[in-house]
Amino acid sequence: MSQKYLTADKSRRSLLGNLSDTNLLMSITIVVFIAMYLFAILVLGSGFLKPQAFFNILNANAALIILSCGMTLVMITGGIDISLGGMAALVSMSAAVYLDMHSGSVIGAILISLGIGLAFGLVQGYLVAYLDIQPFIVTLAGMFFARGMTTIVNTNPFNVQNEAFVKLKDTRITVPFLGSYNKRGEYIDAYIEIGVIVALIVVAALFVFLKWTKAGRNFYAVGGNKQSALLLGINVKRTTFLAYLMCGILGGIGGFVYFMHVGSGSATHASGAEMNAIASSIIGGTMLTGGVGNIVGTFFGVLSLALIQNIVSSMGLDQAWWTGITNASMLCIFLIVQSVIIARRKKANLSSSRAAEAKGDHK
Amino acid sequence: MSNKTKTEGNIITALIRKQIFIPIAALLILSIFNLIVDPSFFKITLGHNSDGNPVLTGNLISIIDSGSELAILAIGMTLVTAASRGQDISVGATIAIAGSVILRVLCGTNSRPEELQAPIIVAFLVCCLVAMACGAFNGILVSVFKIQPMVATLILFTAGRSIAAWINNNELPVVKDKTFSIFGNYIPGIPIPTPFFIALACFVIIALVMKFTTLKLYVQSVGLNEQTSRLNGLNPAFIKFITYVILGLCVAVAGLIKVSRFSSINYSVVAKDIEMDAILAVAIGGNSLGGGKFKISASILGAYVIQFLTTTLYKFDVNSEALPAYKAVVVIALVVLSAPIVREKITALFKKFKSPEKAESKS
Repeated sequence: MSQKYLTADKSRRSLLGNLSDTNLLMSITIVVFIAMYLFAILVLGSGFLKPQAFFNILNANAALIILSCGMTLVMITGGIDISLGGMAALVSMSAAVYLDMHSGSVIGAILISLGIGLAFGLVQGYLVAYLDIQPFIVTLAGMFFARGMTTIVNTNPFNVQNEAFVKLKDTRITVPFLGSYNKRGEYIDAYIEIGVIVALIVVAALFVFLKWTKAGRNFYAVGGNKQSALLLGINVKRTTFLAYLMCGILGGIGGFVYFMHVGSGSATHASGAEMNAIASSIIGGTMLTGGVGNIVGTFFGVLSLALIQNIVSSMGLDQAWWTGITNASMLCIFLIVQSVIIARRKKANLSSSRAAEAKGDHK
Repeated sequence: MSNKTKTEGNIITALIRKQIFIPIAALLILSIFNLIVDPSFFKITLGHNSDGNPVLTGNLISIIDSGSELAILAIGMTLVTAASRGQDISVGATIAIAGSVILRVLCGTNSRPEELQAPIIVAFLVCCLVAMACGAFNGILVSVFKIQPMVATLILFTAGRSIAAWINNNELPVVKDKTFSIFGNYIPGIPIPTPFFIALACFVIIALVMKFTTLKLYVQSVGLNEQTSRLNGLNPAFIKFITYVILGLCVAVAGLIKVSRFSSINYSVVAKDIEMDAILAVAIGGNSLGGGKFKISASILGAYVIQFLTTTLYKFDVNSEALPAYKAVVVIALVVLSAPIVREKITALFKKFKSPEKAESKS
């Protein structure tokens, strides 16, 4: 009896069990993304068939991809950072003020952005890792601090006129062979912005970091189980600190990429970006409980969210509130899917271990 | 001699250990600060408003007036914090929903009717139902699907204001009926603002509930240890769920006051950042943000302390959008001071200071 039960259990596990949690969740996301894209092409016409439609999604979301990568890093270690949106706003406002009112150089603006990100990462990382304060409280305060500071730096939103910066902002990299013909039959090159290159580099670098470096593997160990990570000899505090530090720096980079895309400073910039970053990470298969996550999944998570928004707006539901509602419902669905998957896996593990116990008893 | 100093020291440490000490100390510090900088801060004058009713005006009155919503929210937030070891960050957005529902019921399809389309009590009851449903939604995500409270409530945090705008078709209804504005302003003939009485009533009700039901005991035991309370026959999921529904009720009352103040609503501004203040109120009240034991009266006092802080900052011409930055600094200071690691270090430091004295007195 127990033998039969065991084999049945084994076959079920081999179906699902070969895929790790993160790969399962990530493949769901990629499948959903492709399905949505096909749906968009079939239902909403050939506009989505042009490569530029896809590149536009990338252009508009390069900053979000970088911010989400930071969020994923922190979430893998079991934390969360909701100060990213505020950080992006503060970075873009500070860089804008520096460029326009102090006629600074672009390099200086980049350094300021990185400095702000580094400062946030250092403080929040120290508070979370070494003083053991709940990450949500720390970063919530960080978010409010960043938003408040943005208004203190400058109250009114304005466009940056600095020549060097505008040149950088308008730089477009053409993608060969993927252009399309417009209605008059002229050939238009497909292009991407510099931010997309930065985002792709970040994604690639973090993918390598998480997959093949010791420090990257430590992230998973700490997120999976702090106690056992400690017993394995991993410096848990330093690893957590490193996660927040990297997240802060990515917040600085993402903030500057966001700034390059919009070219202005405003206190309301990137509002809700932290929420989108969390949603993208979750959709991409990063578990809130920590220990499970994937940068490539996050990348597709961002694209899925952006695609949904594109579809919603091209279906004519372009009132402002639909964005909030669709984002939230998507997050809600994926959260519940995650929670159900976790519960089922736990059950499966429990029953298999029970079956093994029962087998041992028979002997 | 040494005996006497010892008992004096004990009294002081006992006083410091009392939970209500933290908000009272904060209140004292703020009062003394204001007294030194500008004694006229405490001036209260009796005047007449535009309707010819006698009203008290002054900073203190405005504190107990506008701190009332916060105090009401603090009741629910304390319970949620204690039971689920996390905070609900969707209260501001849910207030927008609740207020929107009230106006929708009162005004019907016409956004500026001459007379009310439904009795106020009906509108309030519908609003209670909707707000409790929002609370139940959060509660189910937290208790059944075991999602971290702050992430679960992030869904409504994003979608809430969009939903509120959607309920009223993005119109801004205005209630012209004078009786509706009583809840947020003054009862004719009584010079003290009504919200204070509503907050008082809520406090009395919750105090009676705490006194005559087992809610407090159950919430504390679930917050302290979920496993043991389950083994003792409690249903932790249900108790967590109930606290979120109670918070929903508090949100409904706060929403009524908020809408009644201006007889209208602004979806993106109403109750903005109030979730931060509510969490801060719980923290200033000396309640652990990690769940467990709690004291509602301390949280309510904490809420008024925060309003005191806000009013003080306003007096120094701080931009209302820059306020969060200052509050964030206060939160971080508080959280750092209450972190167990920091506390241990401080007590160790105190002992170091004390021990040489003891050695001297002995010799």
